[in-house]
This record gives sequence, structure tokens and C-alpha cells, in this order.
Amino acid sequence: MFSVSNLCCSRGEKRLFSGVSFSLQHGEYLHLEGDNGVGKTSLLRIACGLSPLEQGEICWQGKSISENRDEFRSNLAYLGHQLALKEDLTPLENLLSHAAVAGRQLPLPEAKDALAQLGLRGREHLPVRVLSQGQKRRTALARLVVSTAKLWILDEPFVALDPAAQNALSEVINAHLTRQGMVLLTSHQAVSLAGQGRSYRLRS
Amino acid sequence: MSAFLAIVKRDLTLALRRKNEVITSVFFFVVVAALFPLGIGPEMNTLRLVAPGILWVGALLASMLSLGRMFATDYADGTLEQMALSPNSLSWLVAAKILAHWLLSGLPLVLLAPILGLQFDLSTNALWVLTLSLLLGTPVLSLIGAVGAALTLGVRGGDVLLSLLVLPLYVPALVFGAGAVQAEISGLGASAHLSVLAALALVAAVFSPWASAASLRIALES
Amino acid sequence: MIQKLFFYASPQNFYPLAGKLWPLFAVLATALSGWGLWLGMFVAPTDFQQGEGYRIIFVHVPASWMSMVIYLVMAFWALLGLTFNTRLSGMMTKALAPTGAIFAFLSLWTGALWGKPMWGAWWVWDARLTSELILFFLYLGHIALTSAIDDPRRADKAGGILALVGALNVPIIYFSVKWWNTLHQGASVSLTKGSSMAQVMLEAMLIMGIAFWMYAVAIALYRVRSIILIRERHTQWVAELPEVKAQMMKNSAGGAIA
Repeated sequence: MFSVSNLCCSRGEKRLFSGVSFSLQHGEYLHLEGDNGVGKTSLLRIACGLSPLEQGEICWQGKSISENRDEFRSNLAYLGHQLALKEDLTPLENLLSHAAVAGRQLPLPEAKDALAQLGLRGREHLPVRVLSQGQKRRTALARLVVSTAKLWILDEPFVALDPAAQNALSEVINAHLTRQGMVLLTSHQAVSLAGQGRSYRLRS
Repeated sequence: MSAFLAIVKRDLTLALRRKNEVITSVFFFVVVAALFPLGIGPEMNTLRLVAPGILWVGALLASMLSLGRMFATDYADGTLEQMALSPNSLSWLVAAKILAHWLLSGLPLVLLAPILGLQFDLSTNALWVLTLSLLLGTPVLSLIGAVGAALTLGVRGGDVLLSLLVLPLYVPALVFGAGAVQAEISGLGASAHLSVLAALALVAAVFSPWASAASLRIALES
Repeated sequence: MIQKLFFYASPQNFYPLAGKLWPLFAVLATALSGWGLWLGMFVAPTDFQQGEGYRIIFVHVPASWMSMVIYLVMAFWALLGLTFNTRLSGMMTKALAPTGAIFAFLSLWTGALWGKPMWGAWWVWDARLTSELILFFLYLGHIALTSAIDDPRRADKAGGILALVGALNVPIIYFSVKWWNTLHQGASVSLTKGSSMAQVMLEAMLIMGIAFWMYAVAIALYRVRSIILIRERHTQWVAELPEVKAQMMKNSAGGAIA
């Protein structure tokens, strides 16, 4: 169970939002909506624990995330605007090293399957540098396929994906929700996922 | 493969695919060692006297030049964020990055030093001590430099600012490192200097990853 | 007592306190400087070896002391700020840094002015002077870092870590420079070499030391008020301050005329 209560955020002297509260149960997803610049990305970064908590509380399984940091982080997968890809490494190398840093020994066949699931079969051994923007995004998304994290926080995951890739991603997210995972995501497009879902509109 | 080794392996692979990181450090060291005699004069007695200082300052500057790169790319492409969100302690992951940095920017200097030392007609013993002092000292430079690099991540005028921050903190390593070689040359024996250098390396190894990790988290907050 | 401390940890409450206190410290600083300088310039005897020129130590030594003390105080505020996440700690560090740098610079200059008649050179690589130079660089680095970072909270935290790292390193740096100097039998600008210090000289130096300390507190409190006003300019309580209101009226009146 993931919950945030009474979050606020300021950019410089401007107060972006305040009093934000919501919670996620297993198998649920929350679609965070709002206009550009209202602070969706800032909210996600606060929820991850990257940005400081000025006010309010964030709880994982009933305990504040500052108390059980390691537990929270081992159950969190975050995909931000930056893809965290090394351009000179191949998708396979990127995936394997990322999994290792996140604390998981990823078997090679599983890594290859994950890349194949997102339409990158045959491209696992090319440097990321030569892939198209969409293919780079799909490489980054492959991390979700192999992730054992229960909570996914995704910032605009559907951006720059063609319809086929969008379907593939939806399938991945749905599978995660079916396995009792949780998803918090932002997207300018309408989100149609299986499982229990809510919208939360962020206003200034 | 543990997270620590994964990061070391990743950084080494990336650097070796680009190669310019290793080459820049090495080249700078060689150039400095060649420029000083041109500035001072070819008199061998003078050069032999100033050699420990010149070689150590050259290595120090070469090491300092490469510091800016330690975290900058990871910060820019989002890899650093992912490391901060890892259940592994960030201090441990940062230690891996510092090790990789030293392997790429420090170790080549250690290996090159005896060759450059020959240009200054240092005795074999002095060359040994020079190499050993750099072997103990360059990790200190990478460790201290890491804190500076983390503090100046994404800051305007970062590289020059980084040098200003880090140079005063480099002084002990320089004093004991160059001092070790001078002690050897003058017959006093370098063991005291090298012991202090080893102690500095140990203290830096314990504190620096932790201070750097704290600084990185601050940089990631915005 | 602890309640009181937490009360004043808020910039809003500290502002008027600093306003009341700084004039007191300024008066003390002036009085003590006057006393100390009188003692140093007129009462203290002519030094057997160094003549009259030595009197500059009554500025040089206290300035060195203060440059070190201020750095430690900055590190203390940094520790408080990083532990308790208080905004005021960062502001105090920022207020202290320029004064520390100035004392370090003063120490270097007076050291040179002392050294020239003694050694015939404007600079000698004396252990203490060299350490002072490095301390000066540490101050400059701190000021440069905190100025270069736009976000004040990040600047405070980064400056805090730098101050702590610096403070831990200062003993190591001093020790290594001392070692470097003695090993190479370098020059030493020292007061006590060859002559014992007269009681009144020590007294004058201590009084000047305290005078400089009072000055540092006064100027830091004065400076932190400006920093508080700038940092908190968007709050209600700043807008309602009489001096701020008066300035706003002056500004709008000036605009109307111009």
C-alpha cells in the first residue's frame, strides 16, 4: 500500500501545489493529470523520495519511507523523463547493468526476452546511440518487464511510442497490475488499462 | 554480478569505447613533465632537485582535469537518479564510480611516472618511491575530488569552481607525496611520508564516498 | 531554554533579535579595538630584536585567530543546518564567510608587511602564512560555490558539506604544511624567536582578538538581516516590516517623480 498525504511543492518562490493526498492499493493504478507546468513531474519525484519533502508524509506499507528506505527502494521502479540509457552500450548491456544496480542478477535469456517483448529483437547488440527515439524509449521500458518492484512510478511512459509499442507497454503494465502491482503514472493521452484505476487532477 | 562491480564494469566499458578519458589524463601529464624543463632550463642538477615536485604537481593537475567527468554524464542522462533510487547504499555505488575513475585517470599516471622520472635522471630508488607515492596518492586525489565533483554538479562555471574547491584539499597529499620522493633522494628514507600518505588514503576512503553521496543527493533534489 | 533556541531558529524571530544585538557588539568591538591598539602601539615596549615594525602583530595574530575561529563557527552552523534542516543556519554561514575571508586576507597582508622589514621579502613560505593562504582559498571556494548555485536551499546544503569537509581537513592541512616547512628548513616569521613575549604584548593581542571577535559577530548579525530580507522577501511578515514599507513608499515616490 502506497500513500501520500498533504504534499506540497514550490518552485523558487512560486507555490506549485499543496494539500495533495492519495493512496494506491495493490492491483490499482492512478493516472495523474494536469496542465503543463502544474508540477506533475515534481510530484512524482517527491513521491520517489528524490526531491525533499517539505510538508506531509509518504508511506509505504504503513511506514514512512524515510524510516524504511531500503524496503521502499527495492520495491520501486521509476521511469522519469531522462531514460537513464548509456548511448555507447547496447540495450542488452544497459538492461543487465541497470538490473544489477537495482539489486537484481538478471539471467541473460530473461533480458533478451524482455527486449523482444518490446519489439527490439535483433537490435539487442547495437549501441543505443544508433537506435531511433522510439526504440530508445522501448529499451528503457524493458526495465519494467524484468523489474520485481511492486510500485511503478512512470512519468509520461507513452510518449514517443508508435501504436504497436503503446500496446506492448499497456500489456506490460496490465500484467504488472494483475500480479498485484501498483502504478502511478502521468500521461497527456487517455489511459486505458485493465484493473482498478483512478484519475487525480493536479491543480495549482 | 554485484551492483558495485556492475558500475565499475560499466564505467570502464564506456571509457574504453571512447578512449579519450584515459588519453587526456596521460597526455597532460606528459606535456607538463616536458614543459617544466623548457621553462626552467636543461641543467640536470636543478631538474633533479625539482623533479619530485614537478611530477607530483603534473599528476595532481592531470587528475584534477578529469574530475568534472566523474558524475556529469550520469547526472545528465538520468543514470545517477536510478543509482540514488537503488536499494543499495549510494555511498557504496559512489565508491564504485570513484574506483573506476581512479583506474582510468589515476592508475595510468602511476604507470607512466617512472618513465617520466627517467627524464629527470632520478635514481632507481627514487623512481620506486615516486611510483609508490603516486599509487597511494592518486586514490586520495580521486576520493577528495569526488566530493568536489559532486558538490559542483550542474553548477555554472563548474570546472573552474571544482578546481578552486579541491586544490586546497589536495595540499596534504602533495606535501607528503612529493616529500616522500625528496626524502628518498636526500637519504632520509621515505617510510614516514608514505605511511602518512597511506593513512590519508584510508581516511579518505572511509569518508569521501559518504560525503560525495550526500552531495549527490543534494544535487538531485532539484 | 531549548524552546527559546527553537523560537529563534526561525528567521522571522531572529531578525529583530539580530537587530537589537548587533549595535551592542559593534560598540564593544570599537571600545576593545581602541584599548587593544593603544596597548599595542603605545604601551608595549619596543622589541629587542625587531624594533617598532613588530607592532603589526597586534593586527596580524588576532586576524589569523579569527580567520580560523570563523571557519570553525561556519562548520558548526553547517552541522546544525544539515542535521536540523534549519534555514537560518545556512544564512549564518553565508553571513560569516566574507568576514572570515577578509580576516584571512588581512592576516596575509599584515604578515607580508611584517615580513618585509624582517626578511627583506614580501612573502616567505612560512608554515603559518602558507596555511593561512590555503585557508583563504578555502573561504574563496566556499563563497564561490554558494554564489554559483541559484537555488538557495541547495546552495546552503552544498556550502554546509563543503564547510564540514574543509573544517575536517584544516588540521590535516596545517599539519602537512608544518611538516613541509620544517623539513625544508624554511623561513619562519615568529614573534617568540629569540625574545620572550612581554606580558603586555600578550594582553594586547588577546584584547585585539576579542575585539575582532565582537566585530565579526556584529557584522555577521548585520549581514544576516539583509540575507533574511532577501530570502524571505515573499513572506507576509517581511512586507509588513516598517523599514520595508518605508523603502517601498520611497521607491514608488521616486518613480512618480522620475
